[in-house]
Amino acid sequence: MTEVIDCRGQRCPLPVIALARRLPDLPVGATLRVLADDPAAATDIPAWCRMRGQHYLGSPAPHAFDVRREV
Amino acid sequence: MGVSEAYFDAASAAPLHPAARQALAAALDDGWADPARLYSRARRSRQLLDAARGATAEVLGVRPDELSFTAGGTAAAHAAVLGGLGGRERVGSAFVHSAIEHSAVLHAAERHVAAGGTAHEVGVDRLGRVDLDAFAAAVAGPGTALAALISASHEVGTVQPVEAAAEACALHGVPLYVDAAQSVGRVPVPGGWSILTASAHKWGGPPGVGLLVVRKGTRFRAPGPADERTDRSTDLPAIVAAAASLRAAQAEAAALAERHRALVDRIRATVAATVPDVEVVGDPERRLPHLVTFSCLYVDGEALLHALDRRGFAVSSGSSCTSSTLTPSHVLVAMGVLSHGNVRVSLHRDSAEADVDRFLAELPGIVTDLRAEAGVVDL
Repeated sequence: MTEVIDCRGQRCPLPVIALARRLPDLPVGATLRVLADDPAAATDIPAWCRMRGQHYLGSPAPHAFDVRREV
Repeated sequence: MGVSEAYFDAASAAPLHPAARQALAAALDDGWADPARLYSRARRSRQLLDAARGATAEVLGVRPDELSFTAGGTAAAHAAVLGGLGGRERVGSAFVHSAIEHSAVLHAAERHVAAGGTAHEVGVDRLGRVDLDAFAAAVAGPGTALAALISASHEVGTVQPVEAAAEACALHGVPLYVDAAQSVGRVPVPGGWSILTASAHKWGGPPGVGLLVVRKGTRFRAPGPADERTDRSTDLPAIVAAAASLRAAQAEAAALAERHRALVDRIRATVAATVPDVEVVGDPERRLPHLVTFSCLYVDGEALLHALDRRGFAVSSGSSCTSSTLTPSHVLVAMGVLSHGNVRVSLHRDSAEADVDRFLAELPGIVTDLRAEAGVVDL
């Protein structure tokens, strides 16, 4: 089961903040799906993963972004 | 001076150079008549216009009859793209451009596509440098009418490989258009291009004057109705002021670039060291001397701009919340770097070292306060 947080309707940087809050609750190796329709999310979620050493898995659907906890 | 706050947005509009102010006042007195008429006063206007064109062409290293004045940098960019494409209609309708062109170029590309043409966007790397191999491959494609590469990014400062792109274009007989708005009057622009544009208020000239250079032998069909005048601005006093300030800016450019480069290096190093979770973006080496960009994680760009403004710092931002369309900067997106909490600092000739130091002293506290307000300090 992939965990999902729904950040639709939230403006940047709120979806990234929600991601940063939630991911540490998950075990290493788990995947978190962020739903976000702010146009900045597609850039900022991968950038956050790069800055924090987490793994950006891609966007399986419009406004959905999958992140795997690495550290 | 008229700029009492620490004004760090020269890349949007530089304060008027004293040489521009002086020339503008003189030309308002002496150059208001229509330069196309035949009486003495009109001939005086014609002389002023010719002198302005001659001086501007000399700075750019082009022939005076290759240069025309437009109603601004945006108008020049639109004319460059649509005129360059129109002139090569028989060859094809493909327009190749980097992903980090100025929005004026991208809007002209949209117009071209809406009219039935095609546009091929070439990406950049994390530092904001165009993918030269992809650019060359796109130029080599069938039906390429025109290619465009900005001289240096107006948002992150990364200087583009114009010379190599021009070589790739020459190999296939494709004209290269270079938007040199951030370079002219500050740093040398490499040769090899066919069309070039610039904007006077980026170097300290008045707003409302753009430069459009079309080299001899370039196929070009000016968009819009035909006119016997090649200039599309008739604001002669502003043109005279633009030329005077360009010559003055050019004379100061090398020394100013050295001073700005040192300040920008200080900003890059200090921000990275004193602000936690900050991404300083753009090429650290091959960059414009006067411009630096960084993004602060978890910080709202609009809130950061307002907080800086309250302390007397005028900066711009590529964050979506600061744009009228609520979309992040296409340049930051193309680079794949953090787009929120974004700040661009760009310096002008009167930017004081003390103001830069005050900015560097106050920024960490401002960011810390905003993060505390947002409750993200522990993230």
